Amino acid sequence: MPVLLPTDALVWLLVAAVAAFAWYSSRRPHLAAPWARVLRSRAAVASAVVLGCFMLVGLLDSLHYRPALPAKDPGAPVAYSVEVRSALDALLTPLRTKLEKTYSAPLATRLYQKETVERPDGSTAREFPRLAHGGAHLKDEARWGRDVALRILAGLAGAVALWSLAVLAGRRTLARRWPRVPWSAAAAALGGLLALAGPAAMLAGGYHVLGTSQVGSDVLYQALKSIRTSLVIGTLTTLVLLPLGIVAGIAAGYFKGWVDDVIQYLYTTLNSIPGVLLIAASVLMVQVYVDTHPELFPTSAQRADFRLLALCAILGAVSWTGLARLLRGETLKLAELEYIQAAHAFGVSHSRVLGRHILPNVAHIVIISLVLDFSGLVLAEAVLSYVGVGVDPSTTSFGTMINAARLEMAREPMVWWSLAAAFFFMFALVLAANLFADAVRDGFDPRVRV
Amino acid sequence: MSAALELAGLRTTLDTPRGELRGVDGVDLAIARGECFALVGESGCGKSMTALSVLRLLPEAGRITGGSVRLGELDLLALPEAAMRTVRGRRVAMIFQEPSTALNPVLTVGRQVAEVIERHTSLRGAAVRARVLELLGAVGIPEPERRMHEYAFQLSGGLRQRAMIAGALAVDPEVLIADEPTTALDVTIQAQILELLAKLQRERGMALLLITHDLGIVAKMADRVAVMYAGEIVEVAPRAAFFRAPQHPYSQKLFAALPGAAQRAGPLAQIPGQVPPLTQAFAGCRFAERCELAFERCRREPPQPIALESGHEVRCHLRERERAAPRAAPAGEPAARAAAAARPLLEVRDLKVHFPIRRGVLRRTVGHVKAVDGVSLAVAEGRTLALVGESGSGKTTVGKAILQLLRPTAGSVRYAGEELTGLARAAMKRHRAAMQIVFQDPYASLNPRMRVADILAEGMRSLGVGATEAERARRIGALLEQVGLPADAQARYPHEFSGGQRQRVAIARALAVEPRLIVCDEPTSALDVSVQAQILNLLRALQERLGLAYLFITHNLAVVEYLAHEVAVMRGGQIVEQGPAGQVLGAPRHEYTRALLAAVPKVD
Repeated sequence: MPVLLPTDALVWLLVAAVAAFAWYSSRRPHLAAPWARVLRSRAAVASAVVLGCFMLVGLLDSLHYRPALPAKDPGAPVAYSVEVRSALDALLTPLRTKLEKTYSAPLATRLYQKETVERPDGSTAREFPRLAHGGAHLKDEARWGRDVALRILAGLAGAVALWSLAVLAGRRTLARRWPRVPWSAAAAALGGLLALAGPAAMLAGGYHVLGTSQVGSDVLYQALKSIRTSLVIGTLTTLVLLPLGIVAGIAAGYFKGWVDDVIQYLYTTLNSIPGVLLIAASVLMVQVYVDTHPELFPTSAQRADFRLLALCAILGAVSWTGLARLLRGETLKLAELEYIQAAHAFGVSHSRVLGRHILPNVAHIVIISLVLDFSGLVLAEAVLSYVGVGVDPSTTSFGTMINAARLEMAREPMVWWSLAAAFFFMFALVLAANLFADAVRDGFDPRVRV
Repeated sequence: MSAALELAGLRTTLDTPRGELRGVDGVDLAIARGECFALVGESGCGKSMTALSVLRLLPEAGRITGGSVRLGELDLLALPEAAMRTVRGRRVAMIFQEPSTALNPVLTVGRQVAEVIERHTSLRGAAVRARVLELLGAVGIPEPERRMHEYAFQLSGGLRQRAMIAGALAVDPEVLIADEPTTALDVTIQAQILELLAKLQRERGMALLLITHDLGIVAKMADRVAVMYAGEIVEVAPRAAFFRAPQHPYSQKLFAALPGAAQRAGPLAQIPGQVPPLTQAFAGCRFAERCELAFERCRREPPQPIALESGHEVRCHLRERERAAPRAAPAGEPAARAAAAARPLLEVRDLKVHFPIRRGVLRRTVGHVKAVDGVSLAVAEGRTLALVGESGSGKTTVGKAILQLLRPTAGSVRYAGEELTGLARAAMKRHRAAMQIVFQDPYASLNPRMRVADILAEGMRSLGVGATEAERARRIGALLEQVGLPADAQARYPHEFSGGQRQRVAIARALAVEPRLIVCDEPTSALDVSVQAQILNLLRALQERLGLAYLFITHNLAVVEYLAHEVAVMRGGQIVEQGPAGQVLGAPRHEYTRALLAAVPKVD
């Protein structure tokens, strides 16, 4: 049974809106030109490929359903599990279901913790027991090195094959259609990603590539699941942030007078309250609401999802001030421009002046600040979840992974892989987003406009 | 005659997205010590690029690809950058067009002049201070002791330009390059600055390379003149010979396109088209496309400079056979334009616009800026009233207050007998179609995100001109034809047009709602002289055909002489003199009008 969580609905809505905007701009040269400039940058194209892969994972993780339970007798109506899964979960079933007892190091064959085991001869001993799944296919642990090497080679071979296919196909289609885009950068980024993903996929068949967490779940699986949380935070927040920022900023700059005063006081006040305090208070209120209305949220996934959505709304509500300030300044400047004066001389209504003259001419600022905000929001989520006022503890996110890894850092020997996995995944995402944002900023910079 | 600065075959290119732009394409010139050499031409002809090449201050995308620049015995293009830095400011100095951006806003004026002295001489401390005071005094800055401690924003435009000149002259350079030094200044200030430059040049025996588009300035200042077109010098001549009989068709056209009282009888000569893009390769004469005298050879073979007598050189095939006749003397008696006493369309009485000055936490009004303070004027149907004044005189504010784009503080504005002040936004809408406005800057007056058809249709939709979309579309087609734009302009965006074409779009936009009165706020001051002639001709033709009335706001007296029936001279928010054009300009009564007229550099 498909389940449409509120964040799923909004994510897909956003995808549809972006697709519609892309189609609309592709038909208007003045809208398409800055994007064409963006896509002429090698860094932008490469980071777009990386971001695209993250998006793909995130979107797969946004198709939720409740699996049907095996029917007890053939005539009975189909019953559905209370557990909500996503398409990604289905794809990663082996990763999801191969649970160990507790920590195990990346690619290990034995647990990270000694246990008392009973030998075949009846005696007991304290030792690191073999894992239930990681390396379980190896009869002889001495063959571990050979097996890992073979799997890596096979993965690389697969990656090379896939990459060549993609490059060939791309050369026939994309490169002919858009010859000015530096496709070599895209191919290089894709090659890098495949070179990591191929061996990882092959190794994941028999091992825990990034180890397991305290409850024995696969860290790679956790990291992949965290991507959706980050993307949701980074994009859905803008649904709240944008309307607030645009309306407040443009209204303040255009109407001036008391409207400007009110809006300025509002964002000055909002800015002087520590953001974390405001967010913590709001999240706690949301949590109380969720706890007192269990009838609204039948499954734990829905509870967690509501909190995620609430976090987006709260983050958006406290971070619109920057955009509003930028837009206020730009609108103040634009409102004095002569084409706006000419519109007034035609008696054009305020709403039309705002819609036709002001908004399109501040759109580049909105787009630039959107892509710049994205990485900031992803990082903010990690920090908030770390201090415990972020997403629901049952939601996997980079923040919760780091939070859980906090105590493990003090262990001797150290459990480093959770933290490292969260770090590297988040780093790749934020770096790609930042590189892309830089290119967007350059592409939309009016000073380079011809 | 020893040359202080000598350019030979200088070539400079600029990398642009559309290809390599040959901004300076083989320029030869020599400037003697103590000589003022004027470089004239329209925008985009490579004048500023030439100047920047001399100093090797080209933008990042630019580079010098050939030729030589000799300063006395020194080859500037062969110098390493470190040595070049000791040349800049020390031996060759430059002053720029915009004094407000050429001075550092966070350093005092005195500090900036002192910096130049300390960089290039061994003077320090009190000696530098004394020299700065001396310089500021020499460029005519009053109270130099006080002014040297002030910042750029505390000085007026004229004083800033003087400060910049002081900095440029700090260490007695041999060559001074002035790139449009007075374009951003009012005409009375311009006269003072030009006077100052001429005096300093005389006293110090500098060579002065003066870059300008204003032939009046050339007539006043230059010893020799070079006309630049599309990256080449097309004519070089001593001033007298040049003004008596310009030999190149382009030079001749530049003179003919100048508006003035003498041309009132008919349309101005205009140069069709625009400066060709310098990214292309030229097969023949670069001016051939716009030249009425061009013949087959001009398109085939680029003309070489032909030396005529006494240092007069010209690049034109025509001059191989014969010299051009001297410039026709302007007609003695300006033809009076029909002085029918038409009924007044617009009457403004005692108009005041005061802007409150607010201070303190509670934003209390502590005073008023009286931008317009009691202006009365009347515009009759089918007539042109020119509102003349320098920047800050309140002339633009009058225009906006008449259109109710600004709320007047007091006074009355009557259109066809109906009072407009105090009308609500909705009530005012009834009168919007009757009065329209054309702005100065064709780049800021069109929304870059709208197509031309949408720009023209906006007013019609808002004011209900044209019943259906089809009718409006037909009207848009007719309008474009009326202002001389191709029909396919409709689907294009403003950035695809040149400045003159954009101004045509702006005029078409105003005409779209069938106004009776158009407020023209400096519509030609951002345009080159040949394009200005096109726009002025268009405005006049439209007036004759449609019986439009114009309130023409300008600081350019030549345009006033050409176009206006009546003139009102504004100063400090008030009208100091008003009357028929011939009377005000011919026999001014107010001393300010006389000062204004005297300050305009005249070609003849």
